[in-house]
Amino acid sequence: MKRRKFDVTQVPANVGKGLDDRYKAATPLRGLLNKVFPDHWSFLLGEIALFSFIILLLTGVFLTLFFDPSMKEVAYEGAYPGLRGVEMSAAYESSLHLSFEVRGGLFMRQMHHWAALLFMASIVVHMARIFFTGAFRKPREANWAIGVALFLLGFLAGFTGYSLPDDGLSGTGLRIASAIMLSIPVAGTWISASIFGGEFPGELIIGRFYIAHVLLIPGGLLALISVHLGLVFAQKHTQWPGPGRTNNNVVGERMFPRYALKQGGFFMAVFGVVAFMAGMFQINPIWLFGPYRASEVSSASQPDWYVMFMDGLVRLMPAWQITLPIGDGYSIPPLFWPAVVGLGALTTVPMAYPFMEARRLKDKRSHHLLQRPRDAPERTGLGAMAFTFFIVATLSGGNDVIADKFHISLNAMTWAGRIGLVILPPLAYFIAVRICLGLQQHDREVLAHGVETGIIKRLPDGRFVEVHQPLGPVDDHGHPIPLDYAGWVVPKKMNRVGALAPAVKGFFFPVEKPAEAPVSPAVPPVSAPEKREEITSGR
Amino acid sequence: MTSDPHGGRRFRVFARKRSAPSRARRRLGAAVRMIAALAMAGGVYAGFTPNAAAEDDRTLSSSAAEGKALFDNSCITCHGRDAQGVTDRGPSLIGVGSAAVEFQVGTGRMPMTRQEAQAEKKPPQFDEAQTKQIGQYIQEIGGGPQLPSGELSDNLATKPEALARGGELFRVNCSSCHGFGGGGGALSSGKYAPGLHTATEEQIYAAMLTGPQNMPVFGDNELSPDEKREVITYVTQQLQQDKDPGGIFNLGRYGPVTEGLAIFVIGITILVFVALWIAGKS
Repeated sequence: MKRRKFDVTQVPANVGKGLDDRYKAATPLRGLLNKVFPDHWSFLLGEIALFSFIILLLTGVFLTLFFDPSMKEVAYEGAYPGLRGVEMSAAYESSLHLSFEVRGGLFMRQMHHWAALLFMASIVVHMARIFFTGAFRKPREANWAIGVALFLLGFLAGFTGYSLPDDGLSGTGLRIASAIMLSIPVAGTWISASIFGGEFPGELIIGRFYIAHVLLIPGGLLALISVHLGLVFAQKHTQWPGPGRTNNNVVGERMFPRYALKQGGFFMAVFGVVAFMAGMFQINPIWLFGPYRASEVSSASQPDWYVMFMDGLVRLMPAWQITLPIGDGYSIPPLFWPAVVGLGALTTVPMAYPFMEARRLKDKRSHHLLQRPRDAPERTGLGAMAFTFFIVATLSGGNDVIADKFHISLNAMTWAGRIGLVILPPLAYFIAVRICLGLQQHDREVLAHGVETGIIKRLPDGRFVEVHQPLGPVDDHGHPIPLDYAGWVVPKKMNRVGALAPAVKGFFFPVEKPAEAPVSPAVPPVSAPEKREEITSGR
Repeated sequence: MTSDPHGGRRFRVFARKRSAPSRARRRLGAAVRMIAALAMAGGVYAGFTPNAAAEDDRTLSSSAAEGKALFDNSCITCHGRDAQGVTDRGPSLIGVGSAAVEFQVGTGRMPMTRQEAQAEKKPPQFDEAQTKQIGQYIQEIGGGPQLPSGELSDNLATKPEALARGGELFRVNCSSCHGFGGGGGALSSGKYAPGLHTATEEQIYAAMLTGPQNMPVFGDNELSPDEKREVITYVTQQLQQDKDPGGIFNLGRYGPVTEGLAIFVIGITILVFVALWIAGKS
């Protein structure tokens, strides 16, 4: 019998054929791998959030192996001398054990925390990109709303995680959360009692927050992220306008191999940055906070940055208590407005924004091309307004640290926040709209007259004019024929239209021989000046 | 016009008509009246001010006398003669004790540069010996708390439990203003609790004992000397020595504010540049 020759090069084909014969995977996979994604750096911001979520899942699983979500009182006898002998909950004790005795435990804990901060930060930055480019317009309104819901879920995930170690800072945060629940009229006491299982703090809250933090909220996040990405696949990614790009096509790179490789590389970069920060920067040193005691509150007790806007609004709220003469008397404490109404409004009203804008502009078309922020001045202004409000509120959340480190009176900081919260957003709107209009005008000017060359010409009548380089064809008199604005970058410097040699490619060293720089015809060759005799005073 | 035509007549009762006195007599009368007025003013003043002559009889030790000389040069403007205090300028120092002087002068807070919410720490104006002399002077004229002699912190080799106990006391009593990491914190209207990273054992003990600036006093009935030593042990041997693991930079241990700043300034910035780089590769 003749032995068949084994051909290594045929192995992948054979395996692939075998798989496809059995599972019929080729057709859907081909569609997936050939899917085209447009390429722009700003489209990668959402990926930072996705990748930090993956890091959160990985590190979080590690942490659950060592964390004990119990409020049983124990005396610490671990490796950290600064707390030895102190009575604390088992949750705090296991967090200390994780930090000091588990190999790599502190690094994993810090990675988890930094990844959480990065997750929320990239959500906000990604959301800003979506908003300012109009990517939320029809048909993507639902995906925008899901994104806003993801921020809210991330907010809750972060807060429950912040509370789990049961240290002094997390207990202070829980105390504030309980006060916020209590501030809700009529239902407040019931809500707080049902969540804490009675009076604050009770003995249940850590176990309840644990199951919310490791199962319910991540489950919700995972489900919403899947829908979010599924919708991006189904509705296709938006793209910037440009040559060959229309509302009905997608110009970019195929999913496989280039796009997938780039995404893989970017994941490595995100992982690297999180690991770098976890290794270099201490975060949440729970051993300094001590176990939670209601009597111990440190100065500069702040929530993580994405909750700080709410804390800031609470700090800025004047002490206006409303008393209702119903029954035995009810009151609405001032805390209710910023913490419950404020947080509720700031996380739900933005969900409806796409519909509000479409209604205002009477725009029922589908949009797959993005708008530059300057081309929608009102929206850009509104976004600037919202972000100014958010930033003032967030800074006010840390106003005691800012006051201390910059030697400002804390009272002055509070008043600056109160006044700034009212004055600055409209100012930001006005400035943003004016900047947008100015940029638009300059774009149109360049399209009509050409690029400023920097060459000044003197006319026979003595006037000076600057020579403009037309971007398109010229008429019989040499005047440029005005071009239409295409919604994309207009070259405004001579370098952009070929006045300089193209930049040499390569990051650290040139990867190709630099092209010879073309000699500008406007500059005559320079020769050495002729020798002249020095003129002296005659002595 | 509302002047009363009869007014002139009324006053004639007091200003009796006389022939004009001679010039010499007029002069003599003016001098007598002047001397009488001066004597009366001086007498009233002497009667209302405490007798300064009695203070001068107090015998000061030689170092206190040196301290008095320094005090009279640098402190008297605000704290007044014999440290009695000057209204709206500086409090009386009677009873503050040498511990207060050693803290305020030893950390450079006194003499103050200007009147403000709180005196700031700055390079001391007096050396250690001079500070002790002023302290001695204030102690001798008014009494008050003094720094104890002996060790002000515990040796962890022989008393390891002092660290955890000090930490507990620190979190109960100190962290509400100085922060869990001892980095300091803001108080109302421009006042603040300073950071503890450069404070010495003597300064911390003196501060607890005397309650300088806006700090409350932690007398020996509130924190016993043993407890004070434990707090100092925690501050100087835990917080000041960066014995906290978890990275090369602790971001000042100001909590989530600096952490939030770091994630944007470092994390997001690096990743946006990475995104620019990766997206540019086409």
